[in-house]
Amino acid sequence: MTHMTPPKLLVIAESERDGLKLVTLAAVGCARQVAEATGGRFDILVIGAPVQAAVDALQGYGAANIFVAEAKELAVPTADNYAHVIVDVARMHGATMLTAAASTFSKDILPRVAALLDAGMLSDVTAVVPVGDEYTFDRVMYAGNVIAAVTLDGPVKVFTVRASAFPAAEKSGGQSPVVPIAVDRASLPNRIETHDRVATPSGRPDATEARVVVSGGRAIKNAADFERLVGGLADVLGAAVGSSRALVDAGITPNTLQIGQTGKAVAPELYIGLGISGAIQHLAGMKDSKVIVAINQDSEAPIFEIADYGLVGDVYAVVPELIGKLKLS
Amino acid sequence: MKILVPLKRVPDPDTKIRVRADGSAIETDGVKYTVNPFDAIALEEALRLREQSGTVEILVISIGTAVCQEQLRAGLAMGADRALLIRHDGETDSLGIAKILAELVRRERPDLILMGKQAIDDDSNQTGQMLAGLLGVGQATFISRLTIAPGSGRATCCRETDSGLETVTVSLPAVVTTDLRLNEPRYVTALGIMKAKKKPLEEIDAASLGVDIRSRTHVTRLTRPKGRSAGVRVRTVDELLQKLREEARVI
Repeated sequence: MTHMTPPKLLVIAESERDGLKLVTLAAVGCARQVAEATGGRFDILVIGAPVQAAVDALQGYGAANIFVAEAKELAVPTADNYAHVIVDVARMHGATMLTAAASTFSKDILPRVAALLDAGMLSDVTAVVPVGDEYTFDRVMYAGNVIAAVTLDGPVKVFTVRASAFPAAEKSGGQSPVVPIAVDRASLPNRIETHDRVATPSGRPDATEARVVVSGGRAIKNAADFERLVGGLADVLGAAVGSSRALVDAGITPNTLQIGQTGKAVAPELYIGLGISGAIQHLAGMKDSKVIVAINQDSEAPIFEIADYGLVGDVYAVVPELIGKLKLS
Repeated sequence: MKILVPLKRVPDPDTKIRVRADGSAIETDGVKYTVNPFDAIALEEALRLREQSGTVEILVISIGTAVCQEQLRAGLAMGADRALLIRHDGETDSLGIAKILAELVRRERPDLILMGKQAIDDDSNQTGQMLAGLLGVGQATFISRLTIAPGSGRATCCRETDSGLETVTVSLPAVVTTDLRLNEPRYVTALGIMKAKKKPLEEIDAASLGVDIRSRTHVTRLTRPKGRSAGVRVRTVDELLQKLREEARVI
């Protein structure tokens, strides 16, 4: 056994005005796992304005430090400014591994960070295994058809973690010191100007964070039906909604709902697919769910091959009955 | 205006991917290849910009062995003006590819680099962002709308994020990566294929670019994910509810 050089991990938190995005806790969970296995330590970096709610939410997870870069110029995440700050902090504190939960936030920013640090990067990592002084990372490729074991050369390693593959960190108590980072406003690149950000209003949980996800596919004919059937069932279950790519392409659902290879990866306790055939690209984003239910008129639909419970039937008939009976109970 | 569009050769999305028994690579026998679908969306958007404003030169680039000529010819047949193949045989990763592209941007001086947000083989979603970082230019990723007012030197983009939509403006040159809903790429016509044969396709050896493209990532083994087997079929909503309550205990 070679001697292990303990890593210094830096977790990039994702926060919004109203607080921490919960997917961050999967990255914290991964970092803590690696730190514990190697005798290393992890720090967390929170960027934005205001950040207090996110900083408070990150207390108690065992971070060696919570670095805070707060400046009004950083209120909205832009890849160039955020990458600039992350690179500064990583260099200043000698971070050897940078990680974040895979999301559009980290996918936008971390590759830019990796390039500025001349570091290799891996996306959507599902396992990190220390091997001597190095690591083997598992990640999925080819729409979830292949798991690759990958090594990463170089003194600094950058990776995003698939939130569904790591349990969210649990609080272990203790306070992490909060360390303010001085932001040199004049040095920010400011090459990206954000005009407006429109959150898709749903009033429903995010599919990556929900215990139950109800998802709709090709059998749903229009947006009103999607809302009535998929949204209606989700609401009686307190669930998030999701969509196959077919409905996004048809303009029936927004891309933010897309689950699959090119959308979100989810692994809820219960996944209910309504009128989803189960193309491999969709399965890539949900097949790690604990219990899968499929309702589809086509008894040959591939989704039945991975579903724990399959019901052959027309979603337009079955789902209203299901909603009605759930409401009664 | 000059637009650079990288085209990656990837297995057709409808191809069944199999891992070789020794875990060293995927089985390539009988695999059909295509232009990465997100890259085709990027090229389509470049073609539309040309149709709107006239004076746009579109350069398509691929990096790999001679077989990538096939994807470049497809790009030319769609309507690109010229093609460049960077000959390279061996391991690569996103950072190495971004470094090659950065060197080509320095040589070709495009106003816009339009790329797919991810390749559907390794699903990394990194190269565009890395390229923007190396060049020190603005980036707009995962876009579903692109507007460039003639002569403005700026691109306004609608980005698709996990929580909704975001509109950003970047000064040109910039790197823009495409999401699904930006457009639907046109089909190649027989006329397009005829015309493509007369368009220039230049080849350059990657080693001659003077760029360090050693891959920092090394795939050591490929495996198939654990399969999931089919469970039971239920006949009625009542039976489904009973199973979910009493057997799976998830509702």
